[in-house]
Amino acid sequence: MAFVQNFPFMSIILSLFSGPLCSILSGRKAKWVNAAVIVIIGGMSAAVLGFVLGTGQEYVYTMGHFPAPWGNEIRVGVLEAVMAVFFCVIMLLCMLGGIREREEEIEDTKQNLYYIMVNLLLSSLLALIYTNDLFTAYVFVEINTISACGLIMIRQNGRTLVAATRYMIMSLLGSGLLLLGICFLYDLTGHLLMSNIREQVALIHANGSYHIPLLVAVGLMSVGIAIKSALYPFHSWLPDAYGYSTLSSASILSSLVSKGYIFLLVKIFYRVIGFDIVRDSKVINVLFVFGIVGMIMGSVSAIKESNIRRMISYSSIAQIGYIYMGFGLGTTAGIVASIYHIVSHAATKALLFVAASGITEVSGDSTDFFDLTGAGYRNKLSGIAFTVGSLSMVGIPVFSGFISKLLFAQAGVGVENTAKMLPTLIALAISTVLNAVYFMKTVIRLYTPEKKAVLEKKEFKQVKMTEEPAKSFALICFIVLNLFLGLSSEPIIRLIENGLNMFA
Amino acid sequence: MNLGNLFNNYGEAVAMILFGIGFSNLLLQKNLIKKIIGLNIMDTAMYLFLALKGFIGGRKAPIVTDGVQSVEAYINPIPSGLVLTGIVVSVSVTALMLSLTIRLYRRYHTLDLDEISTRLRKEGL
Repeated sequence: MAFVQNFPFMSIILSLFSGPLCSILSGRKAKWVNAAVIVIIGGMSAAVLGFVLGTGQEYVYTMGHFPAPWGNEIRVGVLEAVMAVFFCVIMLLCMLGGIREREEEIEDTKQNLYYIMVNLLLSSLLALIYTNDLFTAYVFVEINTISACGLIMIRQNGRTLVAATRYMIMSLLGSGLLLLGICFLYDLTGHLLMSNIREQVALIHANGSYHIPLLVAVGLMSVGIAIKSALYPFHSWLPDAYGYSTLSSASILSSLVSKGYIFLLVKIFYRVIGFDIVRDSKVINVLFVFGIVGMIMGSVSAIKESNIRRMISYSSIAQIGYIYMGFGLGTTAGIVASIYHIVSHAATKALLFVAASGITEVSGDSTDFFDLTGAGYRNKLSGIAFTVGSLSMVGIPVFSGFISKLLFAQAGVGVENTAKMLPTLIALAISTVLNAVYFMKTVIRLYTPEKKAVLEKKEFKQVKMTEEPAKSFALICFIVLNLFLGLSSEPIIRLIENGLNMFA
Repeated sequence: MNLGNLFNNYGEAVAMILFGIGFSNLLLQKNLIKKIIGLNIMDTAMYLFLALKGFIGGRKAPIVTDGVQSVEAYINPIPSGLVLTGIVVSVSVTALMLSLTIRLYRRYHTLDLDEISTRLRKEGL
């Protein structure tokens, strides 16, 4: 066994234990520990990715050397490694972008607590990506929920407290259903390891027995994860949670936390149940309908919103709808499009949140739409970054959002069931127009010159790139990442397809 | 479909009814404490379900005391292990919810989530 093969396990343990370590450090030191941990784990994940690509096949890491039906396992393929590297990069950039806001908005004595939460969040995300055991996945889902709740409520005002409470309530409902689904599946198959469950489920399905319990289990797990990742009717907590928490929290929550759950759902579909059985079960049709409704309703709510951060949050609901619509298509092309959209949305939404904070900072910390007039001139880099993010969200070529929309459209045309083809294409078209309405409206507002008198009266300041090097660096990296995803999407799509083949 | 199965597996049926009660309480109650009670009912119903699934009539808990090592003498221990893990998760989540409730109560002097939301809308942050 090569030494590299230990890295997935080591990265989970490293981030898990660096959490408690941060509790005894001062805020400054905890910040450095956190950054170092994310960088090291990113490096280790990249090494794992290189290893898996080199050997060309997945490997299973048995924890404590207990063989299959008894022991706990970690399974690593191309897709898992890609996701781990990508999550580390995004998390590092989110943490860099929000340094100033964190120091201003969080009490001094609580600075180090923030890094505990981030480290625990990273470890739970990695565990969700790598684990091959359903019950372990459930436990880390809960750790993810608790640390995400901490990230929301660490900036203490009424809004974040209520948002955190609502988030917890919805999340607990979701994890209750997920746990019930896992118990049903354990009851039916007698296993907790994903590969063993898969064999048994195939047998049960071939026999034609236990048809309804299997359907119920798939339905419960899908709905549970859909609630936790804020699919349309379950999104009530989301705008406040993203809109009023501190900047790093908002960008991490929108780009990573919900995506971790969705990745778990992909694993459940492919590695636990088997995608053919999921497709036959009609559960994905429900996801398809709610995904499409979410695409439209999320954008409509965003258009009505005048607070820029809440507007970006509502846009997240629409994007989650895209991802579930891709699942609902029931083809591998649809899943590839969804996973690409997970990547592209994570890169774009974090960019938008960081850029929006740069814009509001030069508008007297007001998030109101009309105060942002001409902010693109006052903070040039943030203005450009916001424009790039908006163009990507709308789906203009060159940027990453275009590729994911193209993939969704191709998947929609390729689907056999014509009843799904037309709604997909129509919903994509309508949603693109709606996206364009609210994002372009904001971009135009940013570049509408403000009257001199108003500027002097409100004492808006100018900010140069060099004043906040960390944020500028993060923004530039995000822009480059976005262009990279948009311009050279072929290798990434191939990686995703390669990884999905390993899944099945 | 026959009702006989339902009566034979009355334990599981009770667990599901309890799960439903807990779930709807957590979702629909306005009072935060009642929500937390609903959460605990929901989790406990889960444990009842799991424990029933691991139980085999006439057998004992898998703790070797009188030298009997045959597998036939004991129940399946894995669901019991899952129940223990579940209890740990549920305790920590309950603690977090209660601490959030305390924070909200100190700030707004009420436990009604709807009323807190209305006041939030009026007062801003």
